[in-house]
Amino acid sequence: MPVLTDNVAGRAEPRPAPGGTAASPRRGWWTSRRRDQLAGLLFVTPQLVGAALFVLLPLGLVVWYSLHEWNVLADTFDFVGTDNYRELVDDPKLPGVLRSTLFFSVGLVVFNLALALLLAVLLNQRLRGTVVFRTLFFSPVVVSLVAWTIVWGFLLQDNGGVNGVAGAVGLDGPNWLRGEWTALLSVIVVQVVKNVGLNMVLFLAALQGVPAELYEAARVEGASRWTQFRRITVPLISPTILLTSIITVVGALQVFAQIAVLTQGGPGTSTTVLVYYLYQQAFQFHQFGYGSTLSVLLFLIVLTLTVVQWRMRRKWVFHEQ
Amino acid sequence: MNNRLPLRARVAIYGLICLLAIPFVFPTWWMVTSSFKPVSDIFAFPPSLIPTELSFSAYRRVFELQPFAQQYLNSAYIAAVVTVGTLAVSSLAGYAFARIRFRGQHALFLVVLVGLLIPSEVTIVPLFQMFNSVGMIDTHWPLILVPTLGAPSVLATFIMRQFFITLPGELEEAARVDGLGRLATFWRIALPLARPALGAVAIFTFLHSWNLYLEPIVFLSTPEKFTLPQALTQFVDAYGGPMWDVQLSAASMTALPVLVVFVIAQRQFIEGLAHTGLKG
Repeated sequence: MPVLTDNVAGRAEPRPAPGGTAASPRRGWWTSRRRDQLAGLLFVTPQLVGAALFVLLPLGLVVWYSLHEWNVLADTFDFVGTDNYRELVDDPKLPGVLRSTLFFSVGLVVFNLALALLLAVLLNQRLRGTVVFRTLFFSPVVVSLVAWTIVWGFLLQDNGGVNGVAGAVGLDGPNWLRGEWTALLSVIVVQVVKNVGLNMVLFLAALQGVPAELYEAARVEGASRWTQFRRITVPLISPTILLTSIITVVGALQVFAQIAVLTQGGPGTSTTVLVYYLYQQAFQFHQFGYGSTLSVLLFLIVLTLTVVQWRMRRKWVFHEQ
Repeated sequence: MNNRLPLRARVAIYGLICLLAIPFVFPTWWMVTSSFKPVSDIFAFPPSLIPTELSFSAYRRVFELQPFAQQYLNSAYIAAVVTVGTLAVSSLAGYAFARIRFRGQHALFLVVLVGLLIPSEVTIVPLFQMFNSVGMIDTHWPLILVPTLGAPSVLATFIMRQFFITLPGELEEAARVDGLGRLATFWRIALPLARPALGAVAIFTFLHSWNLYLEPIVFLSTPEKFTLPQALTQFVDAYGGPMWDVQLSAASMTALPVLVVFVIAQRQFIEGLAHTGLKG
């Protein structure tokens, strides 16, 4: 009999009643516990076989590949130990790639969470028409990613819509996708506007769960709106802030299509984030070994960030549970 | 907040909301209207918000330059199969992890949690090699099998488990009294109650498959087999420059159907996503 705690087994399952009641017929060897054992295993089998075949096995393989010099075109596959990892340290392009990844991810996460929270707070006011605006702000989430990116690429051309608007108010807009910083900024903005609606909706749900009496009490005490926001709203929605920041950080490290379509990593390596560099090495330069090494690096970064964020929850997430 | 805001504050908030809404609404609007403009008008300034004359030539060329109808069908059927498959796999596994006690449950659930931590981009090289060794490169199998059984469905399983855990236990007791087996309990009692969670998982899965880009460009090489996101980027002239009018027409056709469904069902869409297991 396995010892199970409630949080995994669910709080629901009553133990089968002993003896042959009508509720749990005991037909000799075929007890309801045995039946549950079989049903449980059968139910999870497709998912587990899939996870083993398409997640765990490739993860093992990617580590194995990373120890090989493997050029697909030249058809070489030689064990080289940690050579690829030494190459990683010496790779002259890697510092630029990691810097782009860092700036891109930090910019994306900060901008996304701040805007999501701002929109949620604005839409949480008792105003007419907020449902319409909620739909508008959410709508890019359902627009096909590459379609969305193509339109923005069109708007960000030197003679495109963004500079047209800038020119109308007397500004001389840059050629957004050709400058190092403006290209990075463009990719961040395109991605944030595309996906901020998701976080906004999660924040809205959290805000609606904050009891109104707390604000009432704070007002009686004479607290300003800003103080109310900082002392009541932020602590009470901190579990949602944690959840959205984990999702957004991991999501930022996976951004590929936008960069492939808008900038192809350029100019220079200013928008070459790690995923894009991995793709270039493996599928454009046919270096499967080194590409695998970059995959391992990406995995370690995602793992570290997730664990660190999860650990931090005790420090700043208000009232766990 | 019970007190109504003063008029000035309300006007300020509306103003701010409208200003912020521009980058969310304008690109889609411009995409659709520009796709009907003659190519000479696309970069005209000031832009006409509504095309002065309707031109369908770009739409015709979308179908001339590429097997776009076939590509549309590819994306649609792959997304449909992946969505149905993921719902089946994840609801079964999520139910078992939440409601059935069986030996090995903890260890097996750990596998699911590990899967949550591995972005599919990390495993793209070995997946390519695995599918290559069984001759499935340039077929749709990788685009169906990996999302239905791999990392994306692991997330769905996690969401379904979080949902099933919240169901009251009396339901299953009643099912037991009625003599229902596990499968019948799952199918007739748990699954109908899980409709909001299933809806959220379905939406996410569909959008994920519909948007997939890295995987198709890695796995597919024949235009007849391309999916939409991949096809959209292929409308380039002889110098590799984008044919904007054609691209925007193809992009409009890709984006609009999903957008229309969303606008019609926006309440279920948004509230479904906000109130399921995603809340953590």
